[in-house]
Amino acid sequence: MSLRPFLNRLAPSGRFWIISLPYLWLGLFFLLPFVFVLKISFSEAELAIPPYTPMFEWVDSVLNMRINLGNYQWLLEDPLYLQAYWNSIRMAFISTLLCLLIGYPMAYAIARAPKHLQPAWLLLVLLPSWTSFLIRVYAWMGLLSNNGIINNALMGLGLVDAPLTMINTNFAVYVGVVYSYLPFLVLPLYANLVKHDTTLLEAAADLGASRTKTFFTITLPLSINGMVAGAMLVFIPVVGEFVIPELLGGTETIMIGKVLWQEFFSNRDWPVASALAVIMVLILLVPIALFHHFQSKEVSR
Amino acid sequence: MMRAPRFSFVNIAFWMGIAFLYLPMFVLVVYSFNESRLVTIWSGFSVKWYAELFQDKQLMTAVWRSLQIAFYSATSAVVLAIFASIVVVRIKTFRTRRVFTTAITAPLVMPDVIIGLSMLLLFVAMTQMIGWPEQRGMTTIWVAHTTFCLAYSTVVISSRLIEMDRSIEEAAQDLGASAMTAFVRVTLPLIMPAVLAAWLLSFTLSLDDVVIASFVTGPGATTLPIEVFSSVRMGVTPKINALATLIILVVSLVALASWFISKRYNDKVAVALKSERS
Repeated sequence: MSLRPFLNRLAPSGRFWIISLPYLWLGLFFLLPFVFVLKISFSEAELAIPPYTPMFEWVDSVLNMRINLGNYQWLLEDPLYLQAYWNSIRMAFISTLLCLLIGYPMAYAIARAPKHLQPAWLLLVLLPSWTSFLIRVYAWMGLLSNNGIINNALMGLGLVDAPLTMINTNFAVYVGVVYSYLPFLVLPLYANLVKHDTTLLEAAADLGASRTKTFFTITLPLSINGMVAGAMLVFIPVVGEFVIPELLGGTETIMIGKVLWQEFFSNRDWPVASALAVIMVLILLVPIALFHHFQSKEVSR
Repeated sequence: MMRAPRFSFVNIAFWMGIAFLYLPMFVLVVYSFNESRLVTIWSGFSVKWYAELFQDKQLMTAVWRSLQIAFYSATSAVVLAIFASIVVVRIKTFRTRRVFTTAITAPLVMPDVIIGLSMLLLFVAMTQMIGWPEQRGMTTIWVAHTTFCLAYSTVVISSRLIEMDRSIEEAAQDLGASAMTAFVRVTLPLIMPAVLAAWLLSFTLSLDDVVIASFVTGPGATTLPIEVFSSVRMGVTPKINALATLIILVVSLVALASWFISKRYNDKVAVALKSERS
């Protein structure tokens, strides 16, 4: 009995267990894997299982460590990879802008709708994002193809003589990306806009400002946190997007997610795929930090 | 409250956006009942593609496997997320808190190809070092899905936990309940709608993932999205339209269910607050 207080002091507190359970899981299955990606990006591809050379080798009581920088050199020298990174960033940037242009009025409309209608309107926007991503991209394959519904309609109306080539182009990728990611931008933007103090707008109106002026001098600057959080929710995943460029894009669509997939599955070059991933993470660090910063600002408001 | 007129620019933009979001799926559903093999030319109403769907043994196995993975992933993600939410919302002081909060939301935005590749490399290294996992398949997909569903679930649950009035739990503790009892008997029932919503969201996310599963799966363990993806790559077929229609139907029902759960909860809270004030 007398041992008990002593044991209690040794045993970790409940707080310790609450922190360590999710922490361990994240550490083991989210943070640690990046160490392996980094490690394998410095090895060489080999015809073996697993298909790369080990970093450490124990030969004649000497521990050898091999760091191969060849993969990175290879990536920097081949213009294909640089082109792929550049394309991905550019396409992610343009589609984020398009999402903002379409999504901002939508989020604004929900936030200014009568209170009792807001949840239903928000649900209308979010419902498609619950439906399978794959199927939503697939839906556009049928719409955009050469003998697809849009082309049939255009030709039926006599607007065009020959079908427009839309599938397997960058245009189709933009449509697919905006379509798939739009709800992710509307949600944080709405959450921001709905919290605005509307008396500010009334004050501006009383002082004679037009609706447009009020919007650009009050609403827009106040919504910057929501805009950045939403924009990052679109931009970051789109940089590494694979499914959309694969299904809707063509040969002109060289995006880094697709290149990584091909290196891994078709060429079975795990080290080059890892090096591609490492550089992608480095590029995304700034946007991820931005997202985290504005996200926590939003939460603490 | 300044309200926009009914036919204002933003309202028209909103409904045009809604049309943009729904029309493609509507077309897909309509054409799943098309008799012709040619997916874009209407030749008559038929449900034969649905019949063909249910006779596809390989597909049905994949459906069952995906449902199991989604069930287990959602359950484990939600349990971990309850713990993680307590950490994010209530435990403000520990040394590596910033690392924790960043790591918990990072999977939300991390591209799928990176999560998939890094997870696979971890599993390969683990097999070499400790012999587990012996082979890749359902278990490895479950681990991977739990990890990214944990991020989404934590966002959903912690946003509810933040709004919770702590004094109720403190009252329970003043009356002699242990911290554990107070949490399980008082707080947990109050955040239950969020827990359920998080579970349903995780379930649909797991059911939908093709990229991560493709990386971490092993021989013979194809999931439904992997199966769909490989046939979609070949082009549009009416059979996939039929399958897509069923998935849209099921997922919409799940989403509506979770919406009603949280709406009923909100109404209850609103009523309770009103009666308290009067």
